[in-house]
Amino acid sequence: MKWLSKTYVGLVLAFLYAPILVLIVFSFNQSKSRGAWTGFTLGWYQKLFTNDTIIQALINTMFVAVVSSVVATALGTLAAIGIANMKKWQRGLVMNVTYMPVINPEIVTGVSLMLLFVFLRSVLSYLNAKFGWNLQLEFGFVTLILAHITFNVPYVILNVLPKLRQMDTFVYEAALDLGCSPSQAFFKVVIPEIMPGILSGFLMSFTYSLDDFIISYFVAGATSQTLPIVIFSMTRRKVSPEINALSAIIFVVVLAVLLAVNLYDSRREKENRMKARARA
Amino acid sequence: MKKILMMGAAICLALGLSLPALAAVQVEDEAYYTRFKGQGKSINVHNWGEYIADGSDGYLDVVKEFEELTGIKVNYTTFSTNEEVYARLRNGGANYDILVPSDYMVARMIREGMLEKLDFDNLPNFKYIDESFHNPNFDPTNEYSVPYTWGTVGIIYNTMMVDEQDLGSWDLLWNAKYMKNILMFANPRDDFGIALKRLGYPMNPENPQQLQEALELLKEQKPLVQAYVMDEIFDKMIGGEAAIAPYYAGDAITMMQDNPDLGYFVPEEGTNRFVDAVVIPTCAQEKECAEMFINFLMEPEVAASNISYIGYSSPNNGALAIMPKEITGNKIAYPDDEVIAKTEGWIDLSPEMNLAVDAAWTELLSTDEQYSRWLIPIMMLVCIIMSITINVSRAYRKRRDRKYADQLPPRTR
Amino acid sequence: MKTKTPALPYVLWMIIFTVIPLALVAFYAITDPQGHFTIDYISQVGEYTPVLVRSIWLAAVSSVISLLIAYPLAFWISRRAWNHQRTMVMLVMLPMWMNFLLRTYAWMTILEKNGLINRFLGLFGIGPLELIYTPGAVVLGMIYNYLPAMILPLYSIMTKIPNSIIEAAQDLGCNTWDVLWKVLVPLTVPGISTGVIMVFVPSVSTFIISRMLGGGGNLLIGDLIELQFLGNAYNPNLGAAISLVLMVLILLCMSVTNQFGDEEKGEMLK
Repeated sequence: MKWLSKTYVGLVLAFLYAPILVLIVFSFNQSKSRGAWTGFTLGWYQKLFTNDTIIQALINTMFVAVVSSVVATALGTLAAIGIANMKKWQRGLVMNVTYMPVINPEIVTGVSLMLLFVFLRSVLSYLNAKFGWNLQLEFGFVTLILAHITFNVPYVILNVLPKLRQMDTFVYEAALDLGCSPSQAFFKVVIPEIMPGILSGFLMSFTYSLDDFIISYFVAGATSQTLPIVIFSMTRRKVSPEINALSAIIFVVVLAVLLAVNLYDSRREKENRMKARARA
Repeated sequence: MKKILMMGAAICLALGLSLPALAAVQVEDEAYYTRFKGQGKSINVHNWGEYIADGSDGYLDVVKEFEELTGIKVNYTTFSTNEEVYARLRNGGANYDILVPSDYMVARMIREGMLEKLDFDNLPNFKYIDESFHNPNFDPTNEYSVPYTWGTVGIIYNTMMVDEQDLGSWDLLWNAKYMKNILMFANPRDDFGIALKRLGYPMNPENPQQLQEALELLKEQKPLVQAYVMDEIFDKMIGGEAAIAPYYAGDAITMMQDNPDLGYFVPEEGTNRFVDAVVIPTCAQEKECAEMFINFLMEPEVAASNISYIGYSSPNNGALAIMPKEITGNKIAYPDDEVIAKTEGWIDLSPEMNLAVDAAWTELLSTDEQYSRWLIPIMMLVCIIMSITINVSRAYRKRRDRKYADQLPPRTR
Repeated sequence: MKTKTPALPYVLWMIIFTVIPLALVAFYAITDPQGHFTIDYISQVGEYTPVLVRSIWLAAVSSVISLLIAYPLAFWISRRAWNHQRTMVMLVMLPMWMNFLLRTYAWMTILEKNGLINRFLGLFGIGPLELIYTPGAVVLGMIYNYLPAMILPLYSIMTKIPNSIIEAAQDLGCNTWDVLWKVLVPLTVPGISTGVIMVFVPSVSTFIISRMLGGGGNLLIGDLIELQFLGNAYNPNLGAAISLVLMVLILLCMSVTNQFGDEEKGEMLK
């Protein structure tokens, strides 16, 4: 029975990792075609690092991810605090709408945002004509970041709200009684208390933003190609093994980050356990 | 790697060019190109995939050369069908300065007021364009476009997989022997054009009846088709994944260089001759820079290297004069007059026909199974009913439970 | 702290970027390009019933297979030592952090006619089999991409089930089968419904997997929508109508699934 379950787990893991392994192996293949192995080379990596389009796309992706996840975290944290104080029906209404970008198919979100920006453009051109303004909304970084914030905020709220609920409200009141101003109490008491939620919300929206293709595809412009969009246009052309090299690098980076986070977590947990034992 | 470099060097020498790494392109009027230097200008170029020399195989890196010469930054992006460009533009989303659509799309864009008139004073190199390309039928007054390349559509086949006696006609694409070994275009005009040609109609459908017949023919072909693709054809044909694919002549040449087993022919019924033209859409922000880029593309030296790389045919006499005979003498790219005589160009269809083509295309790609159109509403209804039933029954059970709980002695509650 | 003003910017944001866009989708769906009211586009969606049915069918098959694969695995992980569990969860999640286009592209390399599987089979004189550009390939792509999304919710609910419950059931005379059906499954219904939704929704609306692994010959709903907005058949009104139908359909399906999830006593573990 034991070997059976072990084989099963092994098979599933093989299923999950085989394609990635294939990509990595073929990134060292000399031949341009996927068909045959003709020899070892690092040439595709070299080519990748001198590929301006990809480097630019990487910079764009990071920029959009950082800006959108920071804004989303601020917006989402404040929202969560406000929502926690809402009456039940208000909270229900707001949370239902908040869930929309999470449960809606991404393509519908993408299409709806695209229609919104088209609509806003026509509103702007009407206003420009009427008041002689010169406001522009180009499909590009602005639309991309707005869209990313929109699908990121719900994840922040969903991460922060439970922490707020767990929080003892008397702690905040105690801080006020002890002479804190409301803003001091907020920053010194409430924020540290819900910090884990804020952090995980931030990380989640950062990674979603890095990885998003479908919504970006609908709202990106000519100058704001993110990495997933560039990858998409790469897969639609004569495929260069650079794409394999890129996958290998992304995999290694992700692995390193996850390992680091995991190590940090487990060390902290061990410390906590030690502390708890010491207290006992 | 070394071999490719050597080959590239040899080609450059043959072209009478210096190695791109050593010296920049020689242009006639350098002052014209350098007037925007240092102003931090940039243009957005939207071109077909695999449609510009990118510095590989020893050819020029056109975009980089332009950037170095003029100091204008180029944001280069690619598309894979004319209809995609049209959609992006119509959504108002794209701020492109340069597009390279095909003939019929240029005409449609002109008709719908989506293009900017070019200032030919800024395009001195237009003198190199062959006269037969002046005032084309898609731009009768030649105010909006400059031809980039031209070519014909033919069938690429793998000689190891296809019998010689089957060649010659569009019928090959309907030959059941090659089931699941046929690739087709992933764009409506090319596919419907082929079907119409096979039916003996003009490639531009004249009425819905013809279109309907073409649709039936393509539906009949669908079980034989492995996939509907565009530039994925390169990998598929070079890697021997498929046996037969209709595609553009210039790309056929590129594929045949990479896989010597590939062959190419133009079907005897005749085929389409297309022109891809450079245009500036009305949303362009840097029109003069864009015109400069268009002019740069027409520099004989640039056009020669560019055309040699992409393999399509050039309308640029200056380039043709300095290109090696192996390329300009290639019958695939520059077919004999008899072949040209049997070609048809795309024309812009009426808005109604365009809609009909779009609808027919969607119908072709939808699944063959037939279901009642009421199925989805019925499914929705079932969902609603289920949801309500579950809710009601739960409420009922809850009430029953509560009643039951009320009857219990307080301690067990 | 007792004020709800901090939520104000978000509520505003939500109205502009979630409510209005969805209203715009609905508006486009019921108007023609000139802005006049029409239900033509909504009724046209009926013509694409085969596409919708096919999408739902493929997504449902993927969800069920994913569930069958994920359930034992999640259970196995949840019975490991704590440290071991973390590592396993990380191993399962890791592929999901790769860009999904790259993951799907990898399967093209494997499934092609001259791909790895056919080459391997060729050694034994079998094939070449037709693997890529089949509905099976599309289902495979969906399962591969969204399997971790099924494993995670299952695991997180199973890890709350103490071994003692299972042992108690066994002591009371349940065989393995009974333990599974009478104890485990009822306890994990919320996880199952979350997992199914997490696989079904992205699968039913995908337009990349079907294009890369399905060959573009048989559209799914996602392709159909993309085709109307950025593809070969520009018709945003029809696209909006299809999006609207898709959205309503999914919301309805989800409300049913959620009812099931609430119905069973998921709270038992709290």
